[in-house]
Amino acid sequence: MGFFIETLIGGLMAGMLYSLVALGFVLIFKSSGVFNFAQGAMVLFAALAMARFSEWANAALGGDSLLLANVIAFFGAGLAMLFVAWAVERFVLRKLVNQEGATLLMATLGITYILEGVGQTLFGSEIYNIDVGMPKEPVMMFESMFEGGILINKEDFIAALIAAILVGLLTLFFQKTPVGRALRAVADDHQAAQSIGIPLNRIWVIVWLVAGIVALVAGIIWGSKLGVQFSLTTVALRALPVVILGGLTSVPGAIVGGLIIGVGEKLSEVYIGPMVGGGIEIWFAYVLALVFLLFRPQGLFGEKIINRV
Amino acid sequence: MSRKIGDVILDLQNISLRFGGVKALTDISFDIREHEVRAIIGPNGAGKSSMLNVINGVYHPQDGKIMFRGVERKKMEPHLAAKQGISRTFQNIALFKGMSVLDNIMTGRTLKIKSNLLLQALWIGPARNEEIAHRRKVEEIIDFLEIQHIRKTPVGRLPYGLQKRVDLGRALAMEPQILLLDEPMAGMNVEEKQDMCRFILDVNDHFGTTIVLIEHDMGVVMDISDRVVVLDYGKKIGDGLPDEVRASPEVIKAYLGAGH
Amino acid sequence: MLYRENGQFKTTYAADQQIFTITQDKWFVIAVIAFAFIGVPMIADEYMFRAILIPFLILALAALGVNLLVGYCGQITLGAGAFMAVGAYAAYNFQIRIDGMPLIAAVLLGGLTSAGIGIIFGIPSLRVRGLYLAVATLAAQFFCDWAFLRIQWFTNNSSSGSVSISNLQVFGWTIDAPVEKYLFCLVFIVLFALLAKNLTRATMGRQWMAIRDMDVAAEVIGIRPMYAKLSAFAVSSFFVGVAGALWGFVHLGSWEPAAFSVDRSFQLLFMVIIGGMGSIFGSFIGAAFIVILPIFLNQFLPALGSIVGVTISTAAVSHAELIIFGSLIVFFLIVEPHGLARLWAIAKEKLRLWPFPH
Repeated sequence: MGFFIETLIGGLMAGMLYSLVALGFVLIFKSSGVFNFAQGAMVLFAALAMARFSEWANAALGGDSLLLANVIAFFGAGLAMLFVAWAVERFVLRKLVNQEGATLLMATLGITYILEGVGQTLFGSEIYNIDVGMPKEPVMMFESMFEGGILINKEDFIAALIAAILVGLLTLFFQKTPVGRALRAVADDHQAAQSIGIPLNRIWVIVWLVAGIVALVAGIIWGSKLGVQFSLTTVALRALPVVILGGLTSVPGAIVGGLIIGVGEKLSEVYIGPMVGGGIEIWFAYVLALVFLLFRPQGLFGEKIINRV
Repeated sequence: MSRKIGDVILDLQNISLRFGGVKALTDISFDIREHEVRAIIGPNGAGKSSMLNVINGVYHPQDGKIMFRGVERKKMEPHLAAKQGISRTFQNIALFKGMSVLDNIMTGRTLKIKSNLLLQALWIGPARNEEIAHRRKVEEIIDFLEIQHIRKTPVGRLPYGLQKRVDLGRALAMEPQILLLDEPMAGMNVEEKQDMCRFILDVNDHFGTTIVLIEHDMGVVMDISDRVVVLDYGKKIGDGLPDEVRASPEVIKAYLGAGH
Repeated sequence: MLYRENGQFKTTYAADQQIFTITQDKWFVIAVIAFAFIGVPMIADEYMFRAILIPFLILALAALGVNLLVGYCGQITLGAGAFMAVGAYAAYNFQIRIDGMPLIAAVLLGGLTSAGIGIIFGIPSLRVRGLYLAVATLAAQFFCDWAFLRIQWFTNNSSSGSVSISNLQVFGWTIDAPVEKYLFCLVFIVLFALLAKNLTRATMGRQWMAIRDMDVAAEVIGIRPMYAKLSAFAVSSFFVGVAGALWGFVHLGSWEPAAFSVDRSFQLLFMVIIGGMGSIFGSFIGAAFIVILPIFLNQFLPALGSIVGVTISTAAVSHAELIIFGSLIVFFLIVEPHGLARLWAIAKEKLRLWPFPH
């Protein structure tokens, strides 16, 4: 029982991180109708910027204050993401207004490649560390309840907490601020939003910036856990089933979907994996999402699509 | 008019259609007789297009029966309606934009082409002959609609009026028993409208095709239709000969508002 | 002035429905094919065959398959690599498990197996479309990646999923030298391109395009979406599967699942975008472009660097490659969504009118 709960919690923690990446997808899709395949590349780009800026700032400060260096790096990486958001809007989205979803999807595939190339050219292609002082040691919990207790990684716990806070902030941002309202208006109808004077271009930059910041946070968490390296881009591929499951337009969907996928992956890997040779967690999430799609094409919380002629 | 109007071909009984909580159609019954021109009119949002979509199986009404030649239609798919010989044109032209006029009209022949995938891939024997035979048929339609000069043009490049004509051509290529026309003259100028009227009446005259027509231009409707159904807010408020409908107080009220 | 269709009148519908309605086009393509069969083997060296020509032919075939699905039927796929893998491993199993299985039969059976799997993974297309479908096809990719790595039966119990095939024979002719491999592939490609052309000008192709352009209208005129979509998945997967079998058997000789990873799927999709969606000719230009570009950059960038006095590392070249690739994709989507094939068509249109443009 203890082991089962340990796996479950491990799954929930991993799921929270998927949610974070999925959130980036949802934000962009909701407000610009773009299925942003480049979210994974943005995570890599942000994490690379963060790792290298922190390294450089630390060297410049003489290694005195890691915290200060990290704060500088965070803002530096944030600026980098702002630049990415601006460039994407200026050179890609603006030219592809009113194109079909599929065309935009493929354009983001192009952006993926550009970000990967530029990121590695600027920041290098080695494995880098992000050290934001996350505690690494595991803690024992509930020793009185289960034999042997439950082992939880403190780092995972903090990461999940940060993810939860970010999700809360974004929900507030979407629901309560004027910019959030404008974003939702744009999501509903580009032209109508434009006609009442919402500046479409600026809105897109903001959305991509927010998605970039989300990517940065995700990059920091994953990076400090596993090191910043090229394989971070695969995070996007891991998060895709999450969006499908949760529905492309739903923030709560991204979170619930992330948790379901996280738990599903871990449980399947532990309980089904050994029967079929292991390594099933990657496709398991996809097949889960696929089966789900057959019954509910719009996802868990997505809006029902009505065809009109 | 010399055409002979026949028996009831399609009988709609107590049709109700809802989208979630929105009632699009409420308890509507009317029939369509063979060879007639039947118009459906009504203000915007009255449920006219929904009615057409019910007739050709795109929407599935929650209540009511549809009898086609006396046989009740169970839940059905659009392509089955097509098989029964119901074809239609669309309000916002739904042509295949990436294809030429010729290919668009050729798609109307899909149900009549029998050769299999392998024969088509090899382009031999029956597949090849079939293509030629259907091409001949399609050319007749192209001649009829007077669009020979644009047969190889991608439809996306054509002006609106011609697109409407191609849309009609594609529907005709199915050699339909019932032809549903969703605002075939919307947005046209007088000449284009006259042409379109002529085509519609010709189709009705020569092939005996039953025509169900949605149109806003009252002059046109009163001129060419045999019987008229009036819908308002998803309910039927009138049904009969054009003159009867025009005289009905309820219809006048729906069109002009209560104050007049 | 040479490129004119004046005086070429069609007197029968059959004549008007042939593949090349303009005589010059027909002769041009015949000349290209003749050159490919006769000229190329005389001038190309071994490196050309191995590094450029054979990969080009096989990937063009795969891109053609992807184009049938994406360009003609409008169903996005990000899982084409998986169907190459299915074709390759299925052909491998037919070859080693059945004694005396002829090579061509094994390759075609590999394609048919891939078609079957394609239909299964095409089923979601009946319920979902566009973006959701793209993700659904990734399921095929990851599932196949895993299956060929972990299920030992598929790879004849080799541990890492790596298999090899040797001694390719067709009717007693041993395919060994690069030029022989090239000709073997070329025959396949020419025949399959012809099949694809026939399908797309017949009712099947019209049904696919109708579904692509306006699926509700297509259904209303009697096209069954299920049949049209699944047949597109089947035919596309068949083409891609045959290409996969050729890639394994003829190009690689020995391979492991990584040869057909998700990167391969993306690469094939890019060939289609850059070459031209909904164009058979475009599949070929797209494949040529994407096969040649990295080779060109590998030669050109260091050379350029040495001129300006900078040494460009291989890592830098590969990063530059990513950037250029990405930029080209975005560029094509913005400027010419129909790809290089459309540019070619526009050039031909101009040529037809030249030198009297009005």
